[in-house]
Amino acid sequence: MANENVLVMSNIDKRFGGVHALKNVSFNLRKGEVHILMGENGAGKSTLMKILDGLYKADEGTVEIDGRQVVVDSPLHARELGVSMIHQELSMCENMTIAENIFRGEEMGTYGFVNFKQMYQQAQQILDDMNLNLNAHTKVGDLSIAQQQMVEIAGAVSHNAKIVIMDEPTSSLTEVEIVELFKIVANLKAAGTGIIYISHRMNETFEIGDRITIMRDGTYIDTLNVAETTEDQIIEMMVGRAIAEVYEGERAEGGEVVLDIQNFTNEKLKNCSLQLRRGEILGFSGLVGAGRTELMRAIFALDKLESGTMTLFGEPVSFKTVQDAIDAGIGMVPEDRRGCGLVLGHSVGTNLTITVLKKFIKGIRVNKKKENEIIEEYRKKLSIKTSGPEQACGNLSGGNQQKVVISKWLASEPKILILDEPTRGIDVGAKHEIYQLMRKLASEGVSIMFISSDLPEIINMSSRVVVMHEGEIAAVLDGAEEEFTQVKIMRYATGGE
Amino acid sequence: MENKKNTSGFVKSIKQYAGPLTILVLMMVVLWLTTKAFMTTDNLVSVLRNICVNSLLAAGITCVIIIGCIDLSIGSTVAATSVIAVVLNTALGWNVWIAVLVAILIGGLIGAINGGIRAVTMLPPFIITLATQQAIRGAGYIFTGGAPIVSTNDTFNAIGKSSFLGMPVIFYIMVISLVIVGLILGRTRLGRHMYAVGGNMEAAKHSGISYAKVSIAAYTIMGLLAGLSGVIMASRLSSGQPKIGEEYSTDAIAAAVIGGTAFSGGYGTIFGSFLGACIIGVLNSGMTHLKIDSYWQMVVKGILILLAVYYDSIKGKIKIGKKKAAA
Repeated sequence: MANENVLVMSNIDKRFGGVHALKNVSFNLRKGEVHILMGENGAGKSTLMKILDGLYKADEGTVEIDGRQVVVDSPLHARELGVSMIHQELSMCENMTIAENIFRGEEMGTYGFVNFKQMYQQAQQILDDMNLNLNAHTKVGDLSIAQQQMVEIAGAVSHNAKIVIMDEPTSSLTEVEIVELFKIVANLKAAGTGIIYISHRMNETFEIGDRITIMRDGTYIDTLNVAETTEDQIIEMMVGRAIAEVYEGERAEGGEVVLDIQNFTNEKLKNCSLQLRRGEILGFSGLVGAGRTELMRAIFALDKLESGTMTLFGEPVSFKTVQDAIDAGIGMVPEDRRGCGLVLGHSVGTNLTITVLKKFIKGIRVNKKKENEIIEEYRKKLSIKTSGPEQACGNLSGGNQQKVVISKWLASEPKILILDEPTRGIDVGAKHEIYQLMRKLASEGVSIMFISSDLPEIINMSSRVVVMHEGEIAAVLDGAEEEFTQVKIMRYATGGE
Repeated sequence: MENKKNTSGFVKSIKQYAGPLTILVLMMVVLWLTTKAFMTTDNLVSVLRNICVNSLLAAGITCVIIIGCIDLSIGSTVAATSVIAVVLNTALGWNVWIAVLVAILIGGLIGAINGGIRAVTMLPPFIITLATQQAIRGAGYIFTGGAPIVSTNDTFNAIGKSSFLGMPVIFYIMVISLVIVGLILGRTRLGRHMYAVGGNMEAAKHSGISYAKVSIAAYTIMGLLAGLSGVIMASRLSSGQPKIGEEYSTDAIAAAVIGGTAFSGGYGTIFGSFLGACIIGVLNSGMTHLKIDSYWQMVVKGILILLAVYYDSIKGKIKIGKKKAAA
């Protein structure tokens, strides 16, 4: 029973024009297992899952669900076959209630009229069964990202899914919320649902995975039992070369104080004070909504302050506009790189140079040579993989998009760089490159403020860690004095002493 | 080396404008073959004269659409400034050139107000300019009591009617204006900021770009060009006409989208919009020569707009900003 396959995908081949996205890939999923699917961006994981979800058609190969060969035409058809996909980027109507979202597209009722009473009852039942403390009448827009994710999963459950595909479900969740998610995964598993779990996070793999399949460059590499494998082994298979240590490097040490913030207070912040030193990597930990991003927005003049003062390089400053902050030598890589970091439809070149137009445009004189030099410099420095500076950013992988956003700020030669979740949703190889870059910048004297919900990342990269809780700074831990531990950080993050 | 670069740049622009250029050339060939009168110097000059105002307005609306907005108040601004120009030069007896300048600047002021309201309130631009359209139209009527006002200043009346080296003077004015706006869009920091704001407002804000500045700038360009158009119309008609221009907004938007300006913002060029204005001009003139009545001309124009926008959308130009790239 336990080894019974609910899904067998055999010899799947898929081409997009000249790109051979999947080369003869096979994959199977057992009932009641969590099967981790790992691989760098572009390895073909998403393409394979989109074939299963009916978004793409395979050129060759077969798909069997419960022993019956099927051709999945559309996501709707996939749902009928018992396949539910929970997308990496949430796809819910924020203006509608939880119940309306769960039953979106298949509202119950007769003659085209929706039976709201029945719908809300059933939705509430599903939420209660999952131990989610939510009201089915709540608007999805009012929920946290984590709660929205739970609702998506609730939607999948409501279709009695045999196969649930989760595409990086934890990328926007905090540790506490991840624990909640894993409970739900365990429940699904116990009910015999097969779960395909795409993730870039190694610790999750070992926590919940039963088996793991690794893909690279559109090819199937291997399937292993998680219990019998090691992190290094997996990374090696993913990147095709050994990475001794993702976080390799010395802990950056801070020098004199460059930025001194006193009593920052606004709607989201309560009396936040902190000091940033030259050449240090100051990590910011906390739950989603703890005010980390809001603090950065306040520093960067994106949000207004009710009170508080700021001293930069010994001079009292107060920024009226973002441009003031940029002129003072601050750069910010925002959390939402697609929404706030890039103009996706525009080229790598235009995105990269938008903060430094002054350097090569005087009046109507555009110094094309200088412009190309800047673009080339950062393209090389950060090894951004593009077909050329004209390529639209929307067509780049997540890691390369992030590199463009970072480049855009490096080009403005900041003395203080704010990085908000810089490695979210990008693969191990690109993460490693970003870590290296952070260390290099710090060693050159750039002070980095770095928000992350990935605790190992915070622990391994930070000189000091600021832990925030409900808009307040709960603690500042110094790596030179004490060892950072997940337990310690989480205790402060959850409001403990 | 330098030469080679230019060639590839030229080939690239041909490719970029392949759609509208093909339509334009095809139309002209068909008209050349089917009618005797179309391909005559006189007629072509007349076509050029007739597309001047729409080209100017199309260039203005292109700026506004690029930043992700829209302007419905164009026609009202043209009407109001046409009236103002005549009131100043005839009724008040001002120096012609000062009257012209003031009328244009008032157009710019109206634009700046539109852009300012947008920046301060962040209401949908459609609604803002729907409202200002009414208000400006009303103001135009107030000046004249609702009736047209005749210009008796010969210098002023000559602007729109005289020619230089066989071409209408207003054609030169239009070309110079378009070149200026084209340079602003393509070569200046302001231009890049406009494309960035239209492409992704949040990303632009995070990059230190002031939305207010960009919004006011784009609408001011629009307003100045509408003011210039008002002067040209008043001169051509020897009168200030508070009623004209009901259809100017739609014609200008049509020219811009036919020329490849993406309605979602972030993309578009002045040359493209100029081609769009040419297509509409040739279509109007051609259909008249083919003795297609003016009602049918509207139907054909409507279909053409749909086809042009659909062509752009399948080229991926419009969707790309929203579509999720494969992870």
